[in-house]
Amino acid sequence: MISVHHYLLLSAILFCIGTFGVLTRKNAIVIFMCIEVMLNSVNLTFIALSRHVGNMDGQIFVFFVMTVAAAEAAVGLALMIAFFRNRESIDVDDFNMLKW
Amino acid sequence: MYNNLWLIPFFPLVGSIINGLLGKKIKNEKVIGGLGTLMMFFSFLVACQNFFGLRASEQKVFQESIGSWMSVGNLQIDWGFLLDPLSAVMILVVTGVGTLIHLYSIGYMHGEEGFYRFFSYLNLFACAMLFLVLGNNALVMFIGWEGVGLCSYLLIGYYFEKKSAGDAAKKAFVVNRIGDFGFLCGLLTLFWALGSKGVWTMNFIEIGENAHLLESGGVLITVVTLCFFLGACGKSAQLPLYTWLPDAMEGPTPVSALIHAATMVTAGVYMIGRMNVLFAMAPTTMMTIAFVGAATAIFAASIGFAQNDIKRVLAYSTVSQLGFMFMAMGVGAFTAGIFHLMTHAFFKACLFLGSGSVIHGMHHAYHHAHLDDDPQDMRNMGGLRKFMPITHWTYFISCLAIAGMPFFSGFFSKDEILWWTFASTRGSYVVYGIGAIAACMTAFYMFRSLFMTFYGEQKTDARAKDHIPESGLTITIPLMVLAGLATVGGLIGIPHAIDIFHVGNLFHDWLAPVFSQAQQLNVIEAHGSASVEIALMILSVLIGLAGIAGAFMMYMKNPEAPGKFTAKFPGLHKIVFNKWYVDELYDFLFVNPCKRIGTFLWRGFDVKVVDGVVNGVGWVAKGIGAGLKYTQSGYLHNYAVAMVVGVVVIVGYYVFG
Repeated sequence: MISVHHYLLLSAILFCIGTFGVLTRKNAIVIFMCIEVMLNSVNLTFIALSRHVGNMDGQIFVFFVMTVAAAEAAVGLALMIAFFRNRESIDVDDFNMLKW
Repeated sequence: MYNNLWLIPFFPLVGSIINGLLGKKIKNEKVIGGLGTLMMFFSFLVACQNFFGLRASEQKVFQESIGSWMSVGNLQIDWGFLLDPLSAVMILVVTGVGTLIHLYSIGYMHGEEGFYRFFSYLNLFACAMLFLVLGNNALVMFIGWEGVGLCSYLLIGYYFEKKSAGDAAKKAFVVNRIGDFGFLCGLLTLFWALGSKGVWTMNFIEIGENAHLLESGGVLITVVTLCFFLGACGKSAQLPLYTWLPDAMEGPTPVSALIHAATMVTAGVYMIGRMNVLFAMAPTTMMTIAFVGAATAIFAASIGFAQNDIKRVLAYSTVSQLGFMFMAMGVGAFTAGIFHLMTHAFFKACLFLGSGSVIHGMHHAYHHAHLDDDPQDMRNMGGLRKFMPITHWTYFISCLAIAGMPFFSGFFSKDEILWWTFASTRGSYVVYGIGAIAACMTAFYMFRSLFMTFYGEQKTDARAKDHIPESGLTITIPLMVLAGLATVGGLIGIPHAIDIFHVGNLFHDWLAPVFSQAQQLNVIEAHGSASVEIALMILSVLIGLAGIAGAFMMYMKNPEAPGKFTAKFPGLHKIVFNKWYVDELYDFLFVNPCKRIGTFLWRGFDVKVVDGVVNGVGWVAKGIGAGLKYTQSGYLHNYAVAMVVGVVVIVGYYVFG
């Protein structure tokens, strides 16, 4: 029987993978995808706990998160195109102008 | 019929406001000057009506309130006016002499830039002065007291583009503040002292009625009256606060005549007269006043010997004559003090206006010849009587009056003062002696100025000497009226000893309702036989004649005598010429230490401490920023790691903490 613990464990693993990806990868699109993984791991936690507790609030929250993620994807991809036009690259190490 | 007292200060106030706000647009000097003078004249007419009303009336004290000012608990302070014989005399002097001087100013200030400003200030001054003399409580008086100080400041600094005028105005204001401090201390102490006996009042009549609650001659009343006297010293230029008055001559001459001779500077004398009940109860204060007055009289007179600026001679003469008035107040001769105040207003205003006429003529001549000499320096004058006959005669008459020659106004008032210093129960032979010597000196330096200006050989520059005109009618009419008053003004106060026609001492009888009660209660009276009084009179006439003769010998007969004298005593001349170095002494004792404290607070405290704290905060923030800016590496991963670490730490804290 798959209990809520399994869901939470899976979600934690996904979250860590996503975090690891954000911290280690240089390609902006990959970093972006990693962030999506992190968001979805949180969604999984919401749904698992929602079902476990028997309260639908968590599921509604997930819709919100997905909406925000979609919006974020649109803005993020637009940003990346803009980056690429500037630098012929989407390597985040090339975008280091905003500093002292 | 006594419901129009408020009109007296109201008219000049209207004139001041109209001229102040619209004068720049009106431009026409005749309209501006005419308005200012007319307002004063209206005020004078109302004052006359009230004076005659009071004369005809049995009741001698009238109070009129035009509204409540403040009402706290059982303290009620009104915008109240008081008409009694004393304030009636004062309003007549202020509005009468004021009208003449306004008229004079039309001619004297002709063509000045800021003509309207001058008349606006002058009207405002008259308004404040009338508040001062008419107020029925000490706070209304204090408004006038501060108001005249302000107008004095504005008018001394009338030529504000000149540094010396600005400095003189500041000096007058600051020195007056010391006096005002004394006035306020006295007022509040009195208020508290009477209040603790259950009478919360600032009304002069009520103060007078309840003064007996205080211990006569006690510490409290002495302190109160001494504080008031400090206020009087500041306003009336007595030792040690007289230094501002000679410098105040930087203002235009009509201002010197109206404010710094006839009216404002007598406010201190008036104030003592108004509170005579309190002062009569404090013999120690009275003695102090008498001696300060005597010391001022002789000290200022000595400085008058060596001044060459015609207005400065008159300024020191004013200080000296104010000393006489204080002597009178100090020995309990309140009537004589007010009498001298009045006659002095006539002859000193006339002298000042005469000097103004001379300066006006000299200025005109120098202007004509394109010279830049000082039109006020008597060493450049001499022989002017040929050119300015009216000015000369009026000046001559006023000199006779101030020297105390028989039957001129100064004779009666000065002799009454000297008689009281000699014979009063509060008098003293020392004060009399000093007063007599000062009277002799007065005659000497006044005739010195007369001879140097109008007689002898003309020393004006050859290019200018034939272009000195007599002044116009607006200037000479006030001169003639004032000279007339200086001649006959004393006849209302003929002492009983020489009253051969039995007219009685009208002035004394007039003021008796104000002063006699306090004098009787505190046993202040002049006792002595008529023969002694006549002997003293003859003596003081001889003293005056001696002074005139001395001036005649030194400045007419032997024109080289003064030079020889100064050559013989160079040190003495230098000290007197430099006014006993009092200004330098004050600079050393007070002004420079204050400046040093100020400089320290500026350079030491403000720049180092206050600015240091402010700049220090800036430097700290800047330093922290300089260190922390390296955390902003610009690399995405650094930020991401920081975020993750932060989240881990916070979550860890909640989970394990």
